[in-house]
Amino acid sequence: MTAKPKISKVDLAEQLRAFVDADFVITDDETMKPYECDGMSMYCEMPLLVVLPETVTQVQRIMRICHEHGVPVVARGAGTGLSAGAMPNKEGVVLSLAKFNRILNIDPLARTASLQPGVRNLAISEEAAQYGLYYGPDPSSQIACTIGGNVAENSGGVHCLKYGLTVHNILKVEMVTAEGDVVTVGSDGLDSCGMDLLALMTGSEGLLGIVTEVKVKLLPKPEVAQVVMAGFDSVQKAGDAVGGIISHGIIPGGLEMMDGHAIVAADDFAGAGYPREAKALLLCEVDGTEEEVHEHIAEAEDVFRKLGATSVRTSQSEEERALLWLGRKSAFPAVGRISPDYYCMDGTIPRRHIAQVLTEMETMSEAFGLRVANVFHAGDGNLHPLILFDANVPGEFERTEAFGASILKLCVEVGGCITGEHGVGVEKIRQMAIQFNDQELEQFHAVKAAFDPTGILNPGKGVPALKFCQEYRSLEYKQHKHEPAEAAHG
Amino acid sequence: MADISQQLQEQVLQARASGEKLNIVGGGTKAFIGREPAPGAGTLNTSGHTGIVDYHPVELVMTVRAGTPLSDIEAALAEEGQALHFEPPHFGPGSTIGGTLACNLSGPARPWAGSMRDQVLGIRLLNGKGEHLRFGGEVMKNVAGYDVSRLQAGALGTLGAITEISLKVMPSLAASLTLIQDMAADDVLHYMNRRAAEPKPITAACWFDGKVYIRLSGAKTAVEATAEKWSGEVMEQGDAFWRSIQDMQHEFFTNGDAPLWRFSVGSTAANPTLAGDWFIDWAGAQRWYRGIAELGDMEPLARAAGGQVSLFRGGDRSGEVMHSQPDALKTIQQRVKNSFDPDGIFNPGRLYSWL
Repeated sequence: MTAKPKISKVDLAEQLRAFVDADFVITDDETMKPYECDGMSMYCEMPLLVVLPETVTQVQRIMRICHEHGVPVVARGAGTGLSAGAMPNKEGVVLSLAKFNRILNIDPLARTASLQPGVRNLAISEEAAQYGLYYGPDPSSQIACTIGGNVAENSGGVHCLKYGLTVHNILKVEMVTAEGDVVTVGSDGLDSCGMDLLALMTGSEGLLGIVTEVKVKLLPKPEVAQVVMAGFDSVQKAGDAVGGIISHGIIPGGLEMMDGHAIVAADDFAGAGYPREAKALLLCEVDGTEEEVHEHIAEAEDVFRKLGATSVRTSQSEEERALLWLGRKSAFPAVGRISPDYYCMDGTIPRRHIAQVLTEMETMSEAFGLRVANVFHAGDGNLHPLILFDANVPGEFERTEAFGASILKLCVEVGGCITGEHGVGVEKIRQMAIQFNDQELEQFHAVKAAFDPTGILNPGKGVPALKFCQEYRSLEYKQHKHEPAEAAHG
Repeated sequence: MADISQQLQEQVLQARASGEKLNIVGGGTKAFIGREPAPGAGTLNTSGHTGIVDYHPVELVMTVRAGTPLSDIEAALAEEGQALHFEPPHFGPGSTIGGTLACNLSGPARPWAGSMRDQVLGIRLLNGKGEHLRFGGEVMKNVAGYDVSRLQAGALGTLGAITEISLKVMPSLAASLTLIQDMAADDVLHYMNRRAAEPKPITAACWFDGKVYIRLSGAKTAVEATAEKWSGEVMEQGDAFWRSIQDMQHEFFTNGDAPLWRFSVGSTAANPTLAGDWFIDWAGAQRWYRGIAELGDMEPLARAAGGQVSLFRGGDRSGEVMHSQPDALKTIQQRVKNSFDPDGIFNPGRLYSWL
C-alpha cells in the first residue's frame, strides 16, 4: 500500500498540463463524476484527478511523475468491469485510455490485428470480418468493453472451451511500467524466450503495468454454426447431458445452461420460445465445416434424447439460431426486469458438481430470503448466479453480499474458484483469503513488487493485505457453514 | 506412483540453510536445453514424484504429479478416448510433464491446439523458501490472483520446482490424414498461411526439403471433404511422419552434429537469409536452422522477422543461448526470480547467465 502522495492536487495537475491537453486533465468533481465507478456501481470513489493521454510518451511521463511522487494510478478502459477493478483511488489518478482507440493494422495472411488498448472488443471482429476472420473471446460486454481491459481481466465469453480466453488469443503486449519504461512482452512468434511475462500480465487487473498496445490472433470464421436447444425436467439431468456431450468427443463452440428462473425471465423478455416448464435448459452450439457440424449436431440431438431431454430443437436458419441465443444473451436485462436490482456472481466449479451447487444455492436463497437465477457457462464451469435484491431496502445489499460470499465459498469447497472472468478487484478481495493461504498471497505481493516496487499501480485491488485475511478467515470460522452472518438477518 | 513432495521440500529447506544450489532434474531427457547446468550444484530429482492425482474425463482436466512420464499420462488419457492435443515431444521414455512445462515444449499441432502453457490450469510449486504453494486451479477459467502457473512456461525451473500440474485435455480426434506436395521455400510461407486462414480442420503444416506437409484432423467427413478440395497427395504413414517431428527424430534433427537453432517468428515473415538447412514448422511460426553461428549475429535476423532466436541443441552452451532481453525486462525478470527464489537456489544460470 502506498503512503500519502508527496504532491498536491494542484501541483500534479499543473505538471500534467505541461504536456497533456489541459481539457483532458480533469480536476472538477462534476466532470470526474462518471469515473467514480466501473460496471460494479455499488463501489464508488472520487479520484484526485482524471487524465486522458493520447500518446505512449505521455503515458510514460505521467507514470514517471506519479512514480516520483508516490501517486496511485488506476488505468481505465471502457469502465465495464464487474469487480470494481477500475474504481478510483481517492489519493490517485485515473488514467483513461479512451483516446487510444485505433485499430493500427490487420494482417489477413498472418491472421493478426495490432490494436490500441481502447479499441472495443466487437470492433475487432467487425473490422476483421471482411477477411473472413474474427477475434475469439467475446465477453457479454463486447459491444463496449476494450481490448486493454480484456487483457487486464483475461476476459472470456461463451466460446472459451473451444477457443480459449484472452491469454490464448494474444501474441504480444506493449506496456508502460510503473517506473515509466516502455517494454514489449511476447512477439510475433507464438512464444518467446524466458519466463512467460505475457501470461503474467494477462488478468493482472492493472496492477503490473499500463497496456498501450496489443497484438491479437484472429481466427477463420467457421463455415457453419448451429445450435441445439434441449429442455430437462431436472438440473441433474441437464448436468449429465453436458457430460454426455463432452464424453462423446464433441467440443461445442458454446455450451450454456439456464435454470428454471432464468428460462422464464429470458423467455418473457426475448420471446425465444424456450420450454417454460423446464427446470434446466441447454444451448449447445456446434461450429466448424459443414460436414463436421452436420455430423456433430445429429450426435448431440441423440445424446440429449438418450439422457432424458423433455424437448429438443435445432436451429434450421441463422435467424432461428440468433433467436435461440437472444434469450441467453438477454438473461441479465431480463432478470433486471423482474427485480429492482441484481448482483452478478462469477464463481467457477468442476462441472460434475453443478446439480449439488445449484441445490445448495436454493437452500441458501431461502435462508437469506433472496431470489437467485442462474446462467452457467456449462462448457467451462463458469457460474453466473444473479441474486435479486432491492437496493432501496435498508440492509438488503449487505445481505446480498453475504449470500454472494457464501456462494463463492461453496465454489471453492467443491474445487472451483471465486472468479472465472470478472476479476477480483475490490469486490472479491476478501474471498481471496478462502482460495489462497498467506504464503501464496505473500508470493503474489512479491510478484507485484517486482513490477511495481513502490506500489502505485491500482493499490488495494486484486490481492488483499495479509492482516485483513486473518481477520476474515477467523470471522468465517465462527460462522456456521453457508449460513448467513447474524448481522445479515438484521 | 508416489508423493515425495515432503522429501523435496526438506531438500530445498536444507539447501537454503546450507547455501547449496540445486539443479532440478526430472526424467533427465532435456539436459541439452538451456545453458550448461551450474557446476557444483546438487540435484533435486523430481522423477520419483509421480502419479495421476485426479482425472475426471468429463471435466477435460487431469491433475498429475510433475515427475510423471508423458507416456503414462497419454496412456491413461487414451483409455478414455482423450489426448494431449499440443503433442509434447518425448525425448526419451522418461520425459515428464513437469519438464515439458518448464521448457514449454509443444509439437506440430501447436498453432491450432495451443502450447503446453496454454493447457495449464494450475500448479503446485516449491519456491526457494521451501514453501509448497498452490496457484490456479482445476477449472478452465480462473482469474483469482496472478497467473503464476503459466509464468513457469519457459522459465526452465528458475522460479522453483513444479510439483503438480492441472491441465486441460481434449477428446482424441476421430480421423487424420496428411497431404504432401512439392513446393519451393519461397512460396511455402504464403501457401501455409493461406491454408491456415481457411475454416478447415487443419492441425499441422510444415516444410522440409522442397515438400510441404499439411495435416487435417477431426470429424472424418470434414477431413475427407477438405482433402478432396485441397491440392496434394495423401501421404502414407502420415502419423509416423508427424510423430518424428514431434519427438525430433526426423532426419533433419538427427543427422550430423551441427548446432540446432530455433527461430520463433511471425508466421509470414521472410525467412532469414542464412545458408544451411531449414525446417519450417507451425505454418511458418517456428523455423529450425542447423549451422554454426553466433547468437549475436542471429538476433537481428530474428528481430527482423518479428521474433526471437535461441540455441536449442548442441553448440557452445557456456555463453548465452536465449535471445537477449532489453534492460527493463531483464530487471523485471531478475526481480521476479528474486521474489520466488531470493537465495538463487534453483537452476542458477540455466536460462540466462544473469538469472
